[in-house]
Amino acid sequence: MAIKERMSGNEAVAFAIRQVNPDVMPAFPITPSTEIPQMVSTYIANGEIDTEFIPVESEHSSMSAVIGAEAAGARSLTATSSAGLALMWEELLLAASNRLPCALTLVNRTLSGPININCDHSDGMGARDTGWIQIYAENNQEAYDNFIQAYPIAEDPRVHLPIMICQDGFITSHAVENIELLEDEIVKDFVGEYQPEEFLLNPGKPVSVGPYSVSNYAMEAKKNQEDALERSSEVILEVAKKFAAVSGREYGLFEEYRTEDADYIILIMGSAAGTAKEAVDELREQGKKVGVLKLRVFRPFPAKEIAQALKGCKAVAVLDRCESYNGNGGPLGSEVTAALFREKVMIEAVNYIYGLAGRDFTVSDATGVFQELEDMVEQGKEVEQYQYIRLRK
Amino acid sequence: MSDLSLKTIMNKPERLAPGHRMCAGCGATIAVRAVLRALHEGDQAVIGNATGCLEVSSFMYPYTSWEDSYIHNAFENAGATLSGVETAYKALKKRGKLPEDVTYKFITFGGDGGTYDIGFQSLSGAMERNHDMVYVCYDNGAYMNTGIQRSSATPMYADTTTTPVGSDSNGKMQNRKDLASIIADHDVPYVGQTTFTNNFMDLHRKAEKAIYTEGAAFLNVMAPCPRGWRYDTPDIMNICKLAVETCYWPMFEVDHGKWILTYEPKKKLPIEDFLRAQGRFKHLFKPGNEDLIQQFQDEVDRRWEDLLYKCNR
Amino acid sequence: MRTDITKIDEKTPHQELTEGLMVFAGGTSKLFNTGEWRTNTPIYYKDKCKQCLLCTPVCPDGCIPVKNSQRQEFDMDHCKGCGICAAVCPFGAIEMKEGQQ
Repeated sequence: MAIKERMSGNEAVAFAIRQVNPDVMPAFPITPSTEIPQMVSTYIANGEIDTEFIPVESEHSSMSAVIGAEAAGARSLTATSSAGLALMWEELLLAASNRLPCALTLVNRTLSGPININCDHSDGMGARDTGWIQIYAENNQEAYDNFIQAYPIAEDPRVHLPIMICQDGFITSHAVENIELLEDEIVKDFVGEYQPEEFLLNPGKPVSVGPYSVSNYAMEAKKNQEDALERSSEVILEVAKKFAAVSGREYGLFEEYRTEDADYIILIMGSAAGTAKEAVDELREQGKKVGVLKLRVFRPFPAKEIAQALKGCKAVAVLDRCESYNGNGGPLGSEVTAALFREKVMIEAVNYIYGLAGRDFTVSDATGVFQELEDMVEQGKEVEQYQYIRLRK
Repeated sequence: MSDLSLKTIMNKPERLAPGHRMCAGCGATIAVRAVLRALHEGDQAVIGNATGCLEVSSFMYPYTSWEDSYIHNAFENAGATLSGVETAYKALKKRGKLPEDVTYKFITFGGDGGTYDIGFQSLSGAMERNHDMVYVCYDNGAYMNTGIQRSSATPMYADTTTTPVGSDSNGKMQNRKDLASIIADHDVPYVGQTTFTNNFMDLHRKAEKAIYTEGAAFLNVMAPCPRGWRYDTPDIMNICKLAVETCYWPMFEVDHGKWILTYEPKKKLPIEDFLRAQGRFKHLFKPGNEDLIQQFQDEVDRRWEDLLYKCNR
Repeated sequence: MRTDITKIDEKTPHQELTEGLMVFAGGTSKLFNTGEWRTNTPIYYKDKCKQCLLCTPVCPDGCIPVKNSQRQEFDMDHCKGCGICAAVCPFGAIEMKEGQQ
């Protein structure tokens, strides 16, 4: 029986952690993810779970301790945001190269500077080449569901990679919405026990982790890591299928919202997808053929699948909640256009930067984007291929 | 406390295999071998290691010198990494995922770069949280792995590649940081400072205490580097002896807050004896530099007096 | 799944390297011969040796095996010839000779 509740995104993820009852959680507070370690600590203090919590002195140490614990054979995780993730950067790479299936629940917040506590994806995007699986949620329900699926994906022997479960700071993490929770027993069965084959604390079977590697081996190891990330796609889909069987909620690498016959599509990630869907509903009422492609799995990047999903439309707007400072667009913009090129899908693609450091993104912003795509295709309007939404000019 | 004679302790199986790529005559692996001998037979261990000479030389894929489980993570986080391993042990024990009769001990090694400097925060955190682990610093007083740059453990006036002696420079300008005291001020259960003595008894006893005292422990082991200190490799034991007899490297421990001097030279030797033996201090013996040696002596004396006071002597 | 490092060398295809370059075994470095580095070689005079064992803990490479409290012959596969053992021997039972002996 599904449990109907009202929860914030942080509460939802903390509740999922309670249900999974991982072995070790080191964490250091940072807005807006602080509530997660607070709530987990409270569950522990009240005897609801027996996870070992390590109140580390920095995020660098939280990821370092996660790596130690996970290598030792313990199911481990941490939570963070923004500068916390940036401080971990070196360790994110090591968690992946050591092939450790640990988890990180990221509450997306902009990176400094200027220092600002609100949402954008610059933290997660900054970690896009660290070798982690990254899954983004639109709302509290997805944040919860994605976390329940995290360990079964990461711990699959075909994968053995760390996984980042992302939700938008404040917008998702702090807004209270309806949610359907699974029963504890169902989650426990779904996630199962962690049974690594080789680990530091395996008596009589010593393991050495983290070698110095000469170039004769290092390049091969990096390729193996890349192969594992590619393999994780099929595992993500398999786990999603099993999850649908226990929850009734279906997930893919991305969600296609009213895109079957769409001429114009917004490709977007995170909470703003809900806003874009609202705009689609409004425009569909007016007979406009529009849709949303909401990217769920950013790493591994489903390039082929995205290109194929877009090939029937006339133009796509790729919305980035992050500036890349490369003079050429945001990270999603770059990767989606590269994907289209490789698959020879020659549609129009405009890259919009929106919502930086918590800037609003509204239904009218989304309808404006659709209008601009239409004007470009139908009227031949000149449209800047890389532009900002809601920037004061 | 077990039998400390060499006849007994040297019979134990080696836990650091040969075939590592440390330089001939390296002090670091002498320290590692000595610390690991203090593990009781039958006890398992997980060894941590900060990036440094020891790490890149002892686990060069696919050659590991470690007979126990071993984890190297990065340069600045050996403390945090091993605190994760130790916590995993607690969690797995609690949940019955490890056999009840198996005991693991947690020891991490770092050079002075990884310990005094870049890894200081991580070490401080691990000590303050009182994980049941030992952090061992093999202190060779400079960043040797990257080519003898000064660290906060480098003694005053040492000639290093970032404090080179020149017409306007007498080497490093600052005194070395007294890390053992700083960690003792974390109020951890056990801190020991030691180096190599002929029978290795002091090091063995402190290592055993550090490993088998519940909670966080810190061992600071002076481990000379022939390359960086510029002495002939066979002379290492003499260098250690001079460090101790001049009171440059006092042997002490802080056991549950109690400061104990574990060796007191019968006759304190002048610091020149320690300095003269090493090429990195050669410039101090040029005519006109007598005052520099005197300043060095004053600093050694001041610290020694301070230590005697702490030890109620 | 334990690692046999004799099956790993610089020609091994990437799929056959260990996951995360972990080594699932202890002490595999014994297969690496550092004895080749030696430019000086210790000579052990057993007749002069009083088995005080002072030479055994000072070896950075653990090349003086001890069995039943008696030191054995040098492990010449790994001895790098640093000469610390000869310097600490009170009985002249170890002498350093130039070159690879």
